[in-house]
Amino acid sequence: MSWLVLACVVWAAGWGANIALARGAWNATRLVRIAVPVIFGLTILVMWEALVRGFGVSPVILPAPSAVAQTFVASLGTLWVDFQQTVIKGALRGFVIGAAAAFVAAVLIDRSAFLTRGLLPIGNFVAALPIVGIAPVLVNWFGFDWQSKAAVVVVMVFFPILVNTVQGLNEASAMQRDLMRTYAAGYWQTLLRLRLPAAMPFIFNGLKIATTLALIGAIVAEYFGSPTRGMGFRISTGVGSLSIDLVWAEIAVAALAGTAFYGIVAGIEKRVTFWHPSQRK
Amino acid sequence: MRSLLPVLTVLAVIVGIWYLAVAPMNVRVALDQAERAGAEVMPEGSVPRRAVSVWRLMAQNSEHVGLGYALERPRLPTPAQVGGELWRTTGEMIQKGRPFSKRGLIYHGWITLQSTLWGFLLGTSLGIAGAVAIVYSRTADLSLMPWAIISQTIPIVALAPMIIVLTSQVGVESRGVPKAIISAYLCFFPVLVGMVKGLRAPQPSELDLLRTYNASGLQSFLMLRLPASVPYLFTSLKVGIAAALVGTIVGELPTGAISGLGARILIGDQFGTPLAIWSALFAAAVLAGTLVSLLDVTQRVTLRRMGMQA
Repeated sequence: MSWLVLACVVWAAGWGANIALARGAWNATRLVRIAVPVIFGLTILVMWEALVRGFGVSPVILPAPSAVAQTFVASLGTLWVDFQQTVIKGALRGFVIGAAAAFVAAVLIDRSAFLTRGLLPIGNFVAALPIVGIAPVLVNWFGFDWQSKAAVVVVMVFFPILVNTVQGLNEASAMQRDLMRTYAAGYWQTLLRLRLPAAMPFIFNGLKIATTLALIGAIVAEYFGSPTRGMGFRISTGVGSLSIDLVWAEIAVAALAGTAFYGIVAGIEKRVTFWHPSQRK
Repeated sequence: MRSLLPVLTVLAVIVGIWYLAVAPMNVRVALDQAERAGAEVMPEGSVPRRAVSVWRLMAQNSEHVGLGYALERPRLPTPAQVGGELWRTTGEMIQKGRPFSKRGLIYHGWITLQSTLWGFLLGTSLGIAGAVAIVYSRTADLSLMPWAIISQTIPIVALAPMIIVLTSQVGVESRGVPKAIISAYLCFFPVLVGMVKGLRAPQPSELDLLRTYNASGLQSFLMLRLPASVPYLFTSLKVGIAAALVGTIVGELPTGAISGLGARILIGDQFGTPLAIWSALFAAAVLAGTLVSLLDVTQRVTLRRMGMQA
C-alpha cells in the first residue's frame, strides 16, 4: 500500500515541479528545457518501480526498472556482443550501403526529368509500404549472418532517402541556377556548389527517417534466423525462456542505440545545414 | 496525368529487371531439378556446382535456364507467378463462392485490416489528444514533446514481443489487441506532430480577432484552431495509416500469429513456400495503397467542402 501512496506522491511532486518550472521565470532557458523532460522521465520510472512493487507484479510479466538495471550491469558482455552484431554489423553497414546507393541513384535519376517524374510517385508509394515483410526472403537469400540483416536494412532505407534526395536536388530555384549559368558553371560545379548544399536539409530528413528504419530492419530480420547472438535473437529467445529482465535490458540498449544514432545524424545535420532557417537561433 | 507515361515506363523497366534477375537467382535450383529429371547438366552434382558462378552455369546449360521461370519453389518467383498466386488466393476464391476461406488472402487481409484500423483509431485519438494538451499546456509541451520524439527513435519491434507477453498475461485473449497497440504506437507520432503544427497554424491576429468577439476558449478552439488544422491532419493521417499497417505486420511477424498477412509471410517462410510470401507482400502493398488513396480522396472532398482547396 505504501508503494502505491509513494507512486501518487512522486507523480504529484514531479508534475508539480514541472508546472512550476514551465510557468517560472526561467522557462525559456536551456536548463529548464532539459530539466522538465528529464523530471518527467524519472517520475515515470519511479512510478513504474513503485507500482510493480506495490501490486507485487511477477518479474516474469513486468520486471521493475531496478531489476532491469541490475541485469543490464550484470550482462554487459552479452549486451555488447549483441550490440556489435545487430547495430554495428547489421544496421550500420546496411545504412551506409543503402544511403550511398540511394544517393548515387538519386543523382543519376536527377539528370533525366522523365525518370524523375516517373520515379517519384513510385518511390513515394514504396516508401509507404511495409517493406519489413521482405525480411524472411532476404534471410533466405543471404544466409543467417549479418549480410542478410544489412540487406534488409539496405532495402528499407533506400526509398525514403532516394525520394528525399531527388526532391532536395530540385530545391534550388531557377534564379539561383541562372546565376550559376552566368558564372559559366558546368553541371558538376552547379551540382557541388549549389544543388547539393541546397538539398542537404531534405537529404538529412531522409537519413533521419532511415536511422529508425535501419534498427527496425536489423532486429526484425533476426527473428527469422541469426547466429546465436544479436538483439533480435536475444529478445525472441528471452521471451521464450521467460528471462524478461534481459529482454528489457536489450530493449534499453535498442532505445539507447536508436536515440544515439538519431542524435548523431541530427548533430551532423546541424553542422552541415547551419544556414537553414530551421537551424538558426 | 502528365506523369502517367513516365511512371508506366519506370514500372515496365522494374518488371523487366525483375524478369532478367529470375534466371540467375533460380539457375541452381533449376539445374538440380533438371538433373533429377535425368537431363545432362554441365558440372554434375549440386555440390560441385556450388563452386561455379551462376553466370558460367547459365552459359554452359543454356537449355535449362528456362526451367527457372516455372519452378514450384523458386528463390525469386516471376511477376507472373506472383500475380497468378494472388489471383488464386483472392479472385478464384470468390469465383468458388468462398471468399472468406482461411486459405485465401481476403480473410488474412481482413484480419490485418481490422488491427490496422483499430490501431489507427487509437493512435490518431492519442495523437490528437496529445496535440491539444501540448498546444494548451506549456508544461505538457515541455515534458511530452521530447519523449514523443525519443519514442520514435526506439525500434518498436524490440518491444513487440513484450507487448504480446504483457497483454496475454493481463488476460487479453484476443490476438488483435497487441497488434493494434503496436500500430497505434507507430501511427501516433506523425498525427501528434502534424496536429501540433496545425493547431498552431492560426495567426496571432486571427486569435486576437476571436478575442475581440469575446469568444470563449472552447469556441476559438472549435471555430478557428480545429478547422485550421484539418489540412495538416489529413497529411499526417496518410502517413499514419501507412505506419499503422507497418505496425500490424510487424506485430504479426515475430509472434507466431496464425492469421493476417504478416502471419502468411511467417508461415510461408517456415514451410518454404516463397509464392505465399510474395503474394502476401503484394497484398499488403495493395492494402497500403488502397488505404492511403481512400484518405487522399477524403482529404480532397473535405478540403473542397471547407473551401480550402480549389
